[in-house]
Amino acid sequence: MTDDKEAAGGRPEAIKAVPVRHPGRWLGGAVVLVLVAMFVHFLLTSKALEWSEQWKYLFSAPVLKGVRNTVWLTIAAMVGGVVLGIILALMRLSANPLLRGAAWGYLWFFRGTPLYTQLLIWGAIGTLFPTVGVGIPFGPEFATWKTQELVNAAIAASLGLILNEAAYMAEIVRAGILSVDEGQQEAASALGMSKMQTMRRIVLPQAMRVIVPPTGNESISMLKNTSLVAAVPYSELTFTAQTIYASTYKIIPMLVMACLWYLLISSVMMVGQYYLERYYSKGTSKGAEARQRLRFRGGGGGQ
Amino acid sequence: MTDLSKGPAPESGGLMVKAEKVHKSFGRLEVLKGIDLEVRPGEVMCVVGPSGSGKSTFLRCINHLEKINAGRLWVNGHLVGYRESGGKLYELRDREVAAQRREIGMVFQRFNLFPHMTALENVMEAPCRVKKQPKAEVRERAVALLTRVGLGDKVHNYPSQLSGGQQQRVAIARALAMEPALMLFDEPTSALDPELVGEVLETMKQLALDGMTMVVVTHEMGFAREVGDSLVFMDGGVVVEEGTPREVLANPQHRRTQDFLSKVL
Repeated sequence: MTDDKEAAGGRPEAIKAVPVRHPGRWLGGAVVLVLVAMFVHFLLTSKALEWSEQWKYLFSAPVLKGVRNTVWLTIAAMVGGVVLGIILALMRLSANPLLRGAAWGYLWFFRGTPLYTQLLIWGAIGTLFPTVGVGIPFGPEFATWKTQELVNAAIAASLGLILNEAAYMAEIVRAGILSVDEGQQEAASALGMSKMQTMRRIVLPQAMRVIVPPTGNESISMLKNTSLVAAVPYSELTFTAQTIYASTYKIIPMLVMACLWYLLISSVMMVGQYYLERYYSKGTSKGAEARQRLRFRGGGGGQ
Repeated sequence: MTDLSKGPAPESGGLMVKAEKVHKSFGRLEVLKGIDLEVRPGEVMCVVGPSGSGKSTFLRCINHLEKINAGRLWVNGHLVGYRESGGKLYELRDREVAAQRREIGMVFQRFNLFPHMTALENVMEAPCRVKKQPKAEVRERAVALLTRVGLGDKVHNYPSQLSGGQQQRVAIARALAMEPALMLFDEPTSALDPELVGEVLETMKQLALDGMTMVVVTHEMGFAREVGDSLVFMDGGVVVEEGTPREVLANPQHRRTQDFLSKVL
């Protein structure tokens, strides 16, 4: 220690004690190290993984197309799910009991049945609703289409994911809105802001702090749930991997390759989530500091 | 302003606020049991009373945050929340209620600043979004208002970076930005640390000196005596006593007023 001199001047000597030994920690660390070594050894030497086979397909045209489909399905499902989820959340918070009841019924169905089963139904939607049309309910139709022609596999897959996701997003958005202090709406009302303005400018931006983290989780879940659209059937990453190993019989290499792609995309999403959370922490002590730093770095902008 | 210039309202006879037998119940609990009050333009009325006396509720009725159950309430000559025609009352639409509220500024006990906006953005929000005034003009006025309440150097701070007293002064500036004819204060200093109360009261005093009509629910008897033109003592949902602050504070007539004042003075 450096304060031996101070000790002479009345301050007692700094404590030098024998630390408590933690043999358990050392043992646990050793076990983990051995397991990691075994795993790395397995990755490097296993014949089943066939890295060269994976490399051959990793950037092949069909795999890239599968990745593209997975990515756009995830984005479409989340964007659609969030928009429909906000509408459902507002319906659940509405003063109108019919709107509340309808939203509750929607949630009851879409959360109460498996996504896979819902997607199977979307695959057979033409049997459930042979035609779709525009007209007067229970009255004449002005225009009619065959469902089979209107709803192709891509539309069925994305609708299936959107409608399911909306049910979960509705609860997340509702929790977010309820988390905002009631005084905020009163203050906005007292200033003469309309209900819409209050919701859009005051309540939702604050609700976002509560909404964003679970929505990030939902997005990452969605990335993986897109693999279920094989039920429709619609071809995305996992389905593509299956198609390839159906002819090459390289089952494990293709599935591991699909995992690598999923890991890459979800990693990118986690980075995005970090920045989104930081953006919506505006005004909290943490967020404000971050913004102040940015402003100074940006040469005193903001004015 | 906008919708409020529809025809005269002889019932309120040039008063800023006129309350006639105002009743308000929450479920079976009757909180206001017939309030009759008049506030003249330019008057500063302080409302005091024990908690649960209905004073905050009455204040919230004035800008229709609470709907009254019976009686009549006029602000600046306009019936609050309703339109009377052919002897019948019609509820106003949300849009019309919002238009009425633009004339009335309100300051809350817990400030209720928008935490995701800077002080400047808080003040600019309503004039920009509600009155749709040009942003540059609003900004200039907002900076002037914040300077007036002594926060010219804090315009870019978020509420979380301000003390309670500073937040409340931003809240006052935010209400003033809408250029209201009437300001309502709901226990504006009750949530503040004692050493921060003075700066808020000073801001309110300046506002009173500038001629603003104010209704202030407060426990600050010193403020009521110094700044108030009238003092109203409420208890149990009725106005027990009313007069100039000097009269009421020095020489309360009613037993309940005497009891209350003996506890707070």
